[in-house]
Amino acid sequence: MTQKNRIEGGQIDRDANLKFTFDGQTYHGHAGDTLASALLANGVRLMGRSFKYHRPRGPLTAGSEEPNALVQLRSGARQEPNTRATTAELFDGLTATSQNRLGSLSFDLLAINDRVSNFLTAGFYYKTFMWPKAFWEKVYEPIIRRAAGLGSLSFQDDPDAYDKGFLHCDLLIIGAGPAGLMAALTAARSGADVILADEDFRMGGRLNSETFGIGDDAGADWAAQTVAELTAMPNVRLMARTTIIGAFDHGTYGAVERVSDHIATPMDGKPRQILWRIYTQKTVLAAGAIERPIAFNNNDRPGIMTASALRSYANRFGVAVGHRTGIFTNNDDGHRTAADLYAKGVKVTVIDPRPDAPRSMDYEVLAGAQVTDTMGRLGLTFVQVRLSDGTDRTIECKALGVSGGWNPNVHMTCHQQGRPAWNDALAAFVPDALPVGMIVAGAAKGDLSTAGALVGGATAARAALDLKGRMPKLPQAEDAPVTVTPFWYVEGASRAWLDQQNDVTVKDVKLSHQEGFKSVEHLKRYTTLGMATDQGKTANMGGLAIMAELAGKTIPEVGTTMFRPPYTPVAIGALGGRHRGQDFHPKRLTPTHAWAEEQGAVFVEVGNWMRAQWFPHAGETTWRESVDREVLATRGSVGVCDVTTLGKVDVQGADAAAFLNMIYCNGFAKLPVGKVRYGLMLREDGIAMDDGTAARMAEDHFVVTTTTANALPVYRHMEFVSQCLVPDMDVQLISTTEAWAQYAVAGPNARRVLEKIVDQDISNDAFPFMACGDVTVCGGLRARLFRISFSGELAYELAVPTAYGDALIRRIMEAGAEFDITPYGTEALGVMRMEKGHAAGNELNGTTTAANLGMGRMVSTKKDSIGAVLSRREGLNQSDDLRAVGIKPVDPADKVPAGAHLMAAEGPVDAAHDQGYVTSACYSPNLGHHIALAYLKDGSNRIGETMRLVSPLTGVDVAVEICSAHFIDPEGERLRA
Amino acid sequence: MIIDHPLLGPRDSAEFTYMGDARLIDRPNPNDTDAAATFFDYAYLRDNPAGWHRELWFHEAGDRSWLVVTRNTLTHEISKVELARDVARAQGRSK
Amino acid sequence: MRYSGFRVIKEALSGHKGWTPAWRDPEPAEHYDIVIIGGGGHGLATAHYLAKEFGQSRIAVIEKGWIGGGNVGRNTTIVRSNYLLDGNEPFYEMSLKLWEGLEQDLNYNAMVSQRGILNLIHSDGQRDAFTRRGNAMILNGADADMLSTADIKKRYPFLNTDDARFPIKGGLAQHRGGTVRHDAVAWGYARSADSRGVDIIQNCEVTGFRIENGVCKGVETSRGFIGAGKVGCAVAGNSSRLMSKANMRLPIESHVLQAFVSEGLKPVLPGVITFGAGHFYCSQSDKGGLVFGGDIDGYNSYAQRGNLPVVEDVCEGAMAIFPMLGRARLLRMWGGIMDMSMDGSPIIDKTHIDGLFFNGGWCYGGFKATPASGMSFAHLLAKGEPHPNATAYRFDRFEKGLMIDEKGMGNQPNLH
Repeated sequence: MTQKNRIEGGQIDRDANLKFTFDGQTYHGHAGDTLASALLANGVRLMGRSFKYHRPRGPLTAGSEEPNALVQLRSGARQEPNTRATTAELFDGLTATSQNRLGSLSFDLLAINDRVSNFLTAGFYYKTFMWPKAFWEKVYEPIIRRAAGLGSLSFQDDPDAYDKGFLHCDLLIIGAGPAGLMAALTAARSGADVILADEDFRMGGRLNSETFGIGDDAGADWAAQTVAELTAMPNVRLMARTTIIGAFDHGTYGAVERVSDHIATPMDGKPRQILWRIYTQKTVLAAGAIERPIAFNNNDRPGIMTASALRSYANRFGVAVGHRTGIFTNNDDGHRTAADLYAKGVKVTVIDPRPDAPRSMDYEVLAGAQVTDTMGRLGLTFVQVRLSDGTDRTIECKALGVSGGWNPNVHMTCHQQGRPAWNDALAAFVPDALPVGMIVAGAAKGDLSTAGALVGGATAARAALDLKGRMPKLPQAEDAPVTVTPFWYVEGASRAWLDQQNDVTVKDVKLSHQEGFKSVEHLKRYTTLGMATDQGKTANMGGLAIMAELAGKTIPEVGTTMFRPPYTPVAIGALGGRHRGQDFHPKRLTPTHAWAEEQGAVFVEVGNWMRAQWFPHAGETTWRESVDREVLATRGSVGVCDVTTLGKVDVQGADAAAFLNMIYCNGFAKLPVGKVRYGLMLREDGIAMDDGTAARMAEDHFVVTTTTANALPVYRHMEFVSQCLVPDMDVQLISTTEAWAQYAVAGPNARRVLEKIVDQDISNDAFPFMACGDVTVCGGLRARLFRISFSGELAYELAVPTAYGDALIRRIMEAGAEFDITPYGTEALGVMRMEKGHAAGNELNGTTTAANLGMGRMVSTKKDSIGAVLSRREGLNQSDDLRAVGIKPVDPADKVPAGAHLMAAEGPVDAAHDQGYVTSACYSPNLGHHIALAYLKDGSNRIGETMRLVSPLTGVDVAVEICSAHFIDPEGERLRA
Repeated sequence: MIIDHPLLGPRDSAEFTYMGDARLIDRPNPNDTDAAATFFDYAYLRDNPAGWHRELWFHEAGDRSWLVVTRNTLTHEISKVELARDVARAQGRSK
Repeated sequence: MRYSGFRVIKEALSGHKGWTPAWRDPEPAEHYDIVIIGGGGHGLATAHYLAKEFGQSRIAVIEKGWIGGGNVGRNTTIVRSNYLLDGNEPFYEMSLKLWEGLEQDLNYNAMVSQRGILNLIHSDGQRDAFTRRGNAMILNGADADMLSTADIKKRYPFLNTDDARFPIKGGLAQHRGGTVRHDAVAWGYARSADSRGVDIIQNCEVTGFRIENGVCKGVETSRGFIGAGKVGCAVAGNSSRLMSKANMRLPIESHVLQAFVSEGLKPVLPGVITFGAGHFYCSQSDKGGLVFGGDIDGYNSYAQRGNLPVVEDVCEGAMAIFPMLGRARLLRMWGGIMDMSMDGSPIIDKTHIDGLFFNGGWCYGGFKATPASGMSFAHLLAKGEPHPNATAYRFDRFEKGLMIDEKGMGNQPNLH
């Protein structure tokens, strides 16, 4: 196909021929084209279908505010739905398909909706589809869901990478039109650090689409020269293809740079897009203005667009959408389009409702006339005009440019709840309340002339940077005064589109008002006006104007809708950045990780840590086999486990003991040096926060351990108490979780193994149960030794500086070889702590009290500690409170799963008769049956009771016996051996 | 948001962990006869103002200072940032 | 006016001239038996049930702006009753049952769509906790279903099950959960209440309470004094501001929760999915937008907007679990003010002032509670005693140590 609508001029590279396809048909365009301009050059006006009525649609605009020309860009895993053809940069090999159609784009079966549109008015679905009741999910909704939506996702993982970055500057300038460029030039020449960002791939804004000059140059040339000057300055960062998406607090702006969207696939190692967080002192918003349409019957046909879009296609892209073109305008700017097109040889007729419409050139002007209807099923063929004398005339044309005036682009001024103010001269909203640090310039502020933009840009930059001295001399530019007499819709318009994408018409707004949805918020929600992918940039004003008229109020009295971030829709991939797949969260590896990998360990995620879960041996076919072996070997001889992930906090200072007395509910003041004590921490609300041990290494030095999960919250809490509650206590805290590699060595032969490692005497007399101290290992390496036991065996925890962690595990394995030392993972650790009846995360679930844990008496009444007062509330001390108990199945073959609930042996099974629940469960290889820990109402008085354990969710209903939670060695003889 | 740390200068709020109302510094005396009531009030009741709010932020990914930040809950504007330890001392807290 | 398919057709054929306002726009009367402050979902539902179920008349709902403009119009539309604790589960199950009959009750299609909710499981500890929860749901008469990884893979083949940092190890499903068209809830209750004589008074801001000798006599408003036998407050995120006018301090902080919607897409996701190892949940509206959210921003705020770190955090979760979403675009983000309570559960109770009643502390879970909250608050207002399914939602539970703490995070609202 030929580019039959291509005319001369424009900023395209005619030497660069680019081949592309749309709906399988091959076309050609040029570098510098957008997909929309290239299709229009090829005579293709039909590019999409509307959301509800599936009306045929072509581009309404030439920019990011486009509601209609949305396509699926690319194919396969890179398919990108809802891409605006008006901003998609053409590249060789581009493929696009139309969307939201059933059948072909030109024969969409769902266009039937348009025929029955009278039944599908605003809010019709709230009034029907209610009978029969079951039909909603089964019949109506599936039909609606299939018909709704726009484009399709690929159902494949996005293959491209995304990055995130941070930038800082003195001045961020949003928009590189005349105001933005002049602001950048002014700021940059003063030496300030400047970022100039523009969503377009070519900086210059409207200057690229206009024919008038700046100084002696064409506007587009001036823009190019200015960009060149800025590019050469080291203090300026020019960011084309970069959309500022939102104004956030304290001068933080989000920006998305489209690094690779203009090429077929990203270059090797490059991301598709980058999300920048820009921190700036001041911001100049120079986002320009958006032309607004006028509503008239069937104003949505392909070929009908804003007048400025026609001008852009002609001047910037060298495309005449129609060689016979109508312009429907209520203001002088529309005549600019007429003049530009006429100069390019297009036959133009201007329809201007003003009786005194200006006549400047030789094209036809129908003053006092209005467009009353249009024709053309898949694209405009005729417009019907009511002339000033009341007679009708039909004009043949393929394109119709519509101009109802310009709306300053106030979007970003609203991101921090600011509302714009009404300007009568422009009949538009202009910025009012602004985000702190923002200054608005140029058309975005309502200064619609080029000269106004240049002055505004320079003035804004000077104000932002507080520049002194005289204003520099600015180049000459057009300075036409702009006044607009509002003309929102043609009398009698009904099926006249306001929101083209969502198919909201004048009639819908009137109906909404009739039904009492009179506020802007109600109108928007009831009709969906402004809720489409363009956030109503071209639609909202028309809707407001009609609401105002119906209510007999002015537009500002009716109000304005809020614009919310992002300025234009943002790929979710860009907001996610590199945080996907295995890189979603960082991985924390323990000091034994490499060694455990060598052993073939299976790892498990524990928060961000990766911990060895078990160490399978050859021939073991299930995890249970490995875990049972590890447990039996440890209890039978000796095992070793990496417990580095447990939180460690070093507490030092003269008041360290007093401080721990405050942190733990039980007493620590009298703990002798060289001893460890179990400690229970409460939150201030009296609920257990965490448990662990505190080892007194010296009079003024403790080492506190926490659970893995609570390492950070506990440390934060301790700092809170230290800094905010007892600021004068002499106590210093530091988290040393990562500083020490720590291993539990457990089992009857633990001492024999460690005697070969530790340089000092660790006999039972010299280093009894709950002893601790600084030691050396392997002939002099400093280490810490704690005789504590989670497993219930004779056990030690040995810590060395992390750098020696790998070496130490290998030494321990060597030393233990003669005892068949067995490494064990988190599963065996869990089994052994359950056999011993020790609480862990499942028991300390944020709602348990010391009393629930059977430790009520630990809460000292003799001293102040966090949580003590509120732990005494009546609701936490009731006679039938939950108590930790053990559970064993009556039939040893039965499982007693975690999450199952306890019921009386006889009686109903329901919530009202719930007696408690299982917190943790496992198979005990030592006992030969499953065991569990549970919370049971009044549990300490129910040992020996037979109960019913039910898990209707997983189909469990078994008889169990309540027992002590200490399944193994209840007297603690092994610990002390 | 940007928090102007008294020791470190402006830092992104993402480096901090938020706790809440700075009155959590004013922990009651557990030996008072009405301690049950004062602790209930301390732990559970909040002014929750729409406007200026003194609140506790912890510089978790930084120097581990607790800060008292005076911030407007309607606009997010920050007018003052202090070290919580200084505030606590000024309010008479000691050991 | 009764809505029906027949009526839609009849009006379509007669130029839609017959449709009347969905609710009147009355001037406030001098005195009502019951005045409800807050024209959101909960306030309007309360009025509906007071009129319909409890035979009350002379009721007004007063709203400072436009009805439905608060959290009922800015949430992620999810309904479910997958709660763990006795204080909560019967209440939320009552709510789900009321949702199931809502459209017929209101004669308004709020598009209650029970396409299911699935909470993904990523660790053994999480499975244990979800098993306990699922059992609690079933024991309370709700539905729950434990899905295996294979089940999930079959239903949602596009979820990241192969290369996940936190692999999916199963999921707790509630098939009766789903979504409801949020705005329609406010409008449906408003229309129904209005048709039963309730005065819905918009643009009427409460400036104070008239309290004489410990008895609330009515409210001072921007449109003058309105006398009331009883006053019920249901203003969600603005609870502390409102109740401070009665010199009350609440166990509540106001926080911002952001929510997001993508551009319209052809059907991707049938139900609701929540990602248990990140902060992300998602459903797809009938219009085609993916509606998603994550954590609250975490600081006290009345600004109805949030900041980038949480936006990124949510989208990171999205990409971790749903890697095809990279090429879908986020269309709009917004914030609502959440009345975060000290244990994560709400309050529906009398106050110490006679005639003044309170409903709030909904955290970010108020939408799904709308029918049960309305029913329970209406019960309390009409009968002076709590609804049997809402007896635990008392003010004094904190003083007494009877917290209803689903997440076990204690007295720090931003952790709930």
